[in-house]
Amino acid sequence: MIPLLLGVSLLTFFLMHLAPGDYFTAMSQNPQISPETVAHYRAQYHSDKAWYIQWFFWLKSIVVHGDFGYSMAYKIPATALIIGRLWNTFLLSFFALIIAWGIAVPLGIWAAVRRDSWVDRGCSLVAFVGLSVPDVLLSLLALWFAASTGWFPVGGAQSPTAFLMSPMQQFLDRGYHLILPAIVLAASDLAGIMRQMRSNLLDTLRAEYITAARARGLGEGWVIYKHALRNAINPLLTIFGYSLAALLSGAFIVENIMAWPGLGRLTMEAFFAKDSYLVVDCVVMATALLIIGNFIADLLLAWSDPRIRLK
Amino acid sequence: METASPIPVVEAKTPLSPWRLFWQRLRRRRVAMMGGGILVVLYSVALFAGFIAPYHYEHLDTKYSFHPPLWPQLKGFHLVAPRYEESTNEVFNYRVVPDDTKPVHFFVHGDRYKLFGLFPASIHLFGTGDDRYPVYLLGADQFGRDVFSRMLYGSQISLSIGIAGILISFVLGMIVGGISGYFGGFTDTAIMRMCELIMSIPGLYLIISLRNTFPPGLSSAQVYAMIIVILSFISWASMARVIRGMTLSLREQQFVLAARAAGATPLRVIARHILPNTFSYVIVAATLSVPYYILGEVVLSFLGVGIQEPSASWGNMLTAAQNTEYLRHYPWLLAPGAAIFVTVLAFNFLGDGLRDAADTKSL
Repeated sequence: MIPLLLGVSLLTFFLMHLAPGDYFTAMSQNPQISPETVAHYRAQYHSDKAWYIQWFFWLKSIVVHGDFGYSMAYKIPATALIIGRLWNTFLLSFFALIIAWGIAVPLGIWAAVRRDSWVDRGCSLVAFVGLSVPDVLLSLLALWFAASTGWFPVGGAQSPTAFLMSPMQQFLDRGYHLILPAIVLAASDLAGIMRQMRSNLLDTLRAEYITAARARGLGEGWVIYKHALRNAINPLLTIFGYSLAALLSGAFIVENIMAWPGLGRLTMEAFFAKDSYLVVDCVVMATALLIIGNFIADLLLAWSDPRIRLK
Repeated sequence: METASPIPVVEAKTPLSPWRLFWQRLRRRRVAMMGGGILVVLYSVALFAGFIAPYHYEHLDTKYSFHPPLWPQLKGFHLVAPRYEESTNEVFNYRVVPDDTKPVHFFVHGDRYKLFGLFPASIHLFGTGDDRYPVYLLGADQFGRDVFSRMLYGSQISLSIGIAGILISFVLGMIVGGISGYFGGFTDTAIMRMCELIMSIPGLYLIISLRNTFPPGLSSAQVYAMIIVILSFISWASMARVIRGMTLSLREQQFVLAARAAGATPLRVIARHILPNTFSYVIVAATLSVPYYILGEVVLSFLGVGIQEPSASWGNMLTAAQNTEYLRHYPWLLAPGAAIFVTVLAFNFLGDGLRDAADTKSL
């Protein structure tokens, strides 16, 4: 995990080095700022050194001081900026995950149990359509819905007057702003999980031990929930890791369209401001989020399947 | 008394080639054929975009900003286009002018364009030939440009990016994966670590850091090439991993041993003996990942770092729809979104059918 993060940060520093110009290029074109000042700033932020040396300084300040550098565009330490945004992205992804899995798994079970019924066919059709609706379109449709009905805020993470509210009101206000982005993000993930759940359960129901369980006279509910479901869930946990990657990319789009101040939006802002350190920090943080998620998926798998033990 | 059951007469047929068998199985899947049919239509329309579109993508008329969608009506035996007029007290609020129509003709002269990007032409499939009577099938955007025409021009970019991206990244993935799996050892480890590195960064974050390495202010053609390079760079890794896995098992097969015994060089063994065995997987995977490239272009252009105005792409056309005021009053700005949806759906239909048809174990 750590070597991977080091590799990712090294790669992003290299890409940053390839990029033409930096934050100081714009500064040096400003006639009001003397070249000496720019040179001073460059030296202060190690921007005058080779990219791998910059990377080394960046790494050193993280390891020694827990400091992720300084955001030149925002004029505050990047750490403060990133933690808030990271929390927002986590919040959005987490709720989307709960919504998606909370709906997809029961629906997949239902479709598999009532195979070839209208429920199953309806779910398959909706899933197929759902797989093909791009996140961009879904977010725009949600925005349209919010704008034309006025039931939901059209963006942002809190009301402009949030600072006047009591903590409880602030909490509710945030939840109210979270609903629509989370639903959009969940919807793009839902179809895939549902289809997977359905086919897993159907595969399991064909197994011989299910026939054996039925032959012993067990009730259908017992057969499905006690015998089949437990084994059908396992492969689903392995796709959990993959779905996380899709979720983070999806969150990137949803954040940018629905103005949710998360990591994806910060990345775009940093990108446009040529705030290189911030871009690197964002990419590394997003990767870390993904790696941690995969790690949790592995733990869940080991927990649910006694045949798998972590080395 | 029992009658002897007649012996079934089996007609001797020449065995069908694998590709014909594949085609036969595919033909039976109606949904897949439908997806394929939609794609044929979409790609032909993209090819003839200049001719079918009534206007050029840069044709703008600010008098008609946010002109509502207008469909020619049948009047007697003629198609006629009604005229819309902006109401005097409200901007962008159009009303039909009664009894003021202009016949819609086929093969009319209009904006100049280049068919297939080569032949200068000015004949359009339909139109009124009069700028005072615009035929905006899907309405107009904020600059009074025809959304329908721009969508057709945009399809040229969006649809071709998918194919070009697939070609580059899959060829690269197959070569690298084949080499990695065939040679094993240090080569394999080094290549696979690199793949894992690329795959461990969430897609869009990597896309944006890669976009950062290109200077701003590129021309449309350069941006187009850049998007293909970026998307291919990201997606060859997963392809290489799968091909490597298949190569690992294929290289133990006897025909590979035979080829090596006959003195074939490693690269020849990989290219001529191992990779062709992965084709059925590759074709299915390629079809199913075309939408990924189309969406990649859409997202980049939508965020303003891809295809730039005034060039039209499905992504940058949707940027206008991000404005909630526009979106609320002029929902036809979402039309490119519908086009994206139909394209992605068609590719998924076709890809699913191809996968089932390539799976010889199922019936």
